[in-house]
Amino acid sequence: MSLGKLGYYNPEKPLENRITDIGPPHYEQFFPPVIKRNYGKWLYHEILEPGVLVHVSETGEKAYTVRVGGARLMSVQHIREICDIADKYCDGYVRWTTRNCVEFITDSEEKAKALKADLDSRKFPKGSYKFPVGGTGCSITNIVHTQGWIHCHTPATDASGIVKSVHDELFDYFKNMTLPAKLRISLACCLNMCGAVHCSDIAILGVHRKPPMIDDEVLAKICEIPLVVAACPLGAIRPAKTEDGRKTVRVNQERCMFCGNCYTMCAAMPLADSEGDGVAILAGGKISNRKSAPKFSKVIIPYIPNEPPRWPKVCETIRHIVEVYAKDARKYERLGEWAERIGWEKFFEKIGIPFTEKSLDDYRLAYDTYRTTTHFKYTEHVWEVAKAVGGV
Amino acid sequence: MSAEGEEKLWETKKYDEVRIYKDEEIWNYTDEELANYKCKHDTPLLDQLEEGPWPSFVSDIKQEALHRHKLPEDKLLIPADVCDDLLGQVELSYVEKETHWKHGGIVGVFGYGGGVIGRYSDQQEKFPGVAHFHTLRVNQPASKFYKTDYLRALCDIWEYRGSGLTNMHGSTGDTVLLGTFTEQLEPVFFDLTHDLGVDLGGSGSNLRTPSCCVGKARCEFACYDTQDICYELTMHYQDELHRPAFPYKFKFKFDGCPNCCVASIARSDMSYIGTWKDDIRIDQEAVRAYVAGELKPNAGAFGGRDWGKFDIQKEVIDLCPAGCMEWDGKELKVNNKECVRCMHCINVMPRALRIGTDTGCSILFGAKAPILEGAQMSMLTIPFIRVEKPYDAIKDIVDKVWDWWMEEGKNRERVGELIQRKGVQEFVTKVLGIPAIPQMAKEPRSNPYVFWSEDEVPGGWQRDINEFRKRHPR
Repeated sequence: MSLGKLGYYNPEKPLENRITDIGPPHYEQFFPPVIKRNYGKWLYHEILEPGVLVHVSETGEKAYTVRVGGARLMSVQHIREICDIADKYCDGYVRWTTRNCVEFITDSEEKAKALKADLDSRKFPKGSYKFPVGGTGCSITNIVHTQGWIHCHTPATDASGIVKSVHDELFDYFKNMTLPAKLRISLACCLNMCGAVHCSDIAILGVHRKPPMIDDEVLAKICEIPLVVAACPLGAIRPAKTEDGRKTVRVNQERCMFCGNCYTMCAAMPLADSEGDGVAILAGGKISNRKSAPKFSKVIIPYIPNEPPRWPKVCETIRHIVEVYAKDARKYERLGEWAERIGWEKFFEKIGIPFTEKSLDDYRLAYDTYRTTTHFKYTEHVWEVAKAVGGV
Repeated sequence: MSAEGEEKLWETKKYDEVRIYKDEEIWNYTDEELANYKCKHDTPLLDQLEEGPWPSFVSDIKQEALHRHKLPEDKLLIPADVCDDLLGQVELSYVEKETHWKHGGIVGVFGYGGGVIGRYSDQQEKFPGVAHFHTLRVNQPASKFYKTDYLRALCDIWEYRGSGLTNMHGSTGDTVLLGTFTEQLEPVFFDLTHDLGVDLGGSGSNLRTPSCCVGKARCEFACYDTQDICYELTMHYQDELHRPAFPYKFKFKFDGCPNCCVASIARSDMSYIGTWKDDIRIDQEAVRAYVAGELKPNAGAFGGRDWGKFDIQKEVIDLCPAGCMEWDGKELKVNNKECVRCMHCINVMPRALRIGTDTGCSILFGAKAPILEGAQMSMLTIPFIRVEKPYDAIKDIVDKVWDWWMEEGKNRERVGELIQRKGVQEFVTKVLGIPAIPQMAKEPRSNPYVFWSEDEVPGGWQRDINEFRKRHPR
């Protein structure tokens, strides 16, 4: 590789030797030999134990995969350690999954066993595992997440810390396959959802609760006012002038739904606030078409405050949801399928969380979520309404 | 040097040919030093995240911090204490519960409009090491398979010219290099393209880096070659990926089967989901072996709990959403004409049931996260299309959709929102030029507000009120 401050780059002649539009390296050169030989020839697979899979090819060859969980944020030292392991056991090949697990693939069961033992033995100095093996079958695999306070300018919560805390709380569910179906947890630290958590069994979503402040001094200089006005999905932003005649905008605060789109468009309208921000919990989404159609996650808890470093209330709440689901759902039922079968009223009753008006939709297409049948189940919620109207 | 003809550079290239650090420089600290490492800033809150069993990102960042401090000065081109300062700033966020990254920052490499995310600290005096903390999105190889030679070379570049911290991987799939100074963006880009043969990924209003599932590389369910089409379309649309010309972002994701491991139906503007149009292949012997308990159902996915004896009636036949299966105690029958290809039975008995052999994909449009009009999933638009090289039919569809979206789309309007605003009828019949079919809707519309056009109504819309009044006096 190049050395020195500028390396191959010559700022005097920025186009000299510039290579562009070459795309990614071709994937095939990175396939382990057993994968290359059996590409498109796989017959079936089996999970030998949590975190260890075997795929069997029609050629009779077998590929053994050991899956490990971990933080998505990785140092180069950590990656180099992964490379050392891959060199030792896997002929120098390794892959990552869509959910940021690392997979080591070998061609023999002995190597896979030795590999697993090695991976399980490696720890950071304060005791956390470097490469916990698991995350297969009916387990909770890696929580996919966004940047949070590590790198993002719009977050309403952190990502890495809250995810680490929830993983610690649910570690047994990563190591074992004891759930009625797989359970996918995701976190996005604001409504932009660069992590797209809106179809997860359980989603942790950073939310703001205070309208943007307006930095009148700079707004007109750094933002296009018509774009800012157009950015608000509720038409709550209008052009305005300050007392001293500066162009700026004003927000109809009553109408704000705290989506933060104005701040995305205009740096002079920050929303972040230590007391306003926190997380919402959503549940019941899924992506797979297995049995039932993919589903959106639903807001079941509109707000939990940020409690760094370990977000105890979030951890406790999610553990509780997982435990009730694990006990009550039928085999093969995803969390959302279970909630639909028993009825969402029973879901709230069983989990023991309040249903508030905040879970009744009042945005666009809300009507789709209104119940328009007399099919319901009797839970305490019904008597609250009956009492309120003098009906019992 | 990479470029045309060198797409498979790493078949022969070795890390040793390009390395920056010697082995003794890489492992230049002891376990004891690591255990006793004292970060430049006190981080009592973050330190609590070193406990517990799950891999600690704090421990990992500290490992890199120590490593950097022990490297010779001329082997680092951005501050040695970038990791310490990152921990310091994040600790401050943990105390104050607010981010300390400034909004935006337009930086990039010459000629590209995406691939680099500009980021600056708003606490530059306290944490000078992260005064700039720009990120590069590097286009991942399909399905994220790597050779360690390539990864080690990437690590060297990023330790030398950046923070040494990464995301493996970003949400869209890129290999993310997290945090460097502006002056290092071009040199990193030159190293990536010249020595690694890899380009940047997408950001902003471009085609975002396409991604795919593990596919035929290691999955028996793959209905088409997800890696190949992902690679081919990524290469074909390099210009759209690097130079923003769209109203907003656009994502392709390739799922090999309806299990949807890369979440294309939720996360991509154009979702490709594998399917088949002939019969599920059945090995009746193997079905009987499952029933007899000789084979582990669900490939062992339920192995952590005693769910009792496998019951094919209860667990497969009765759960089939199409109700198209029968088991008479000896033979499994599937009425394939009624099958909706949900994958449940195949997932439960992978050794007995296999996807069909006449395969292709369904194309769906319009998924997105909630900002702005609410979350959307992709809509089934083209139920079946063959996925065959060189994918010309698929590229034609892509081009039609982009032409329309670039013409009609408003700033920051995803194609799924445009379909809603302009109407799905226009999208289907005018843009794609395909007939409307029942598979596109959950159910026919319930409101009768049909937008008839003039030429659909005999006699047209121009009428004479006086003629009307002759028949119907006021």
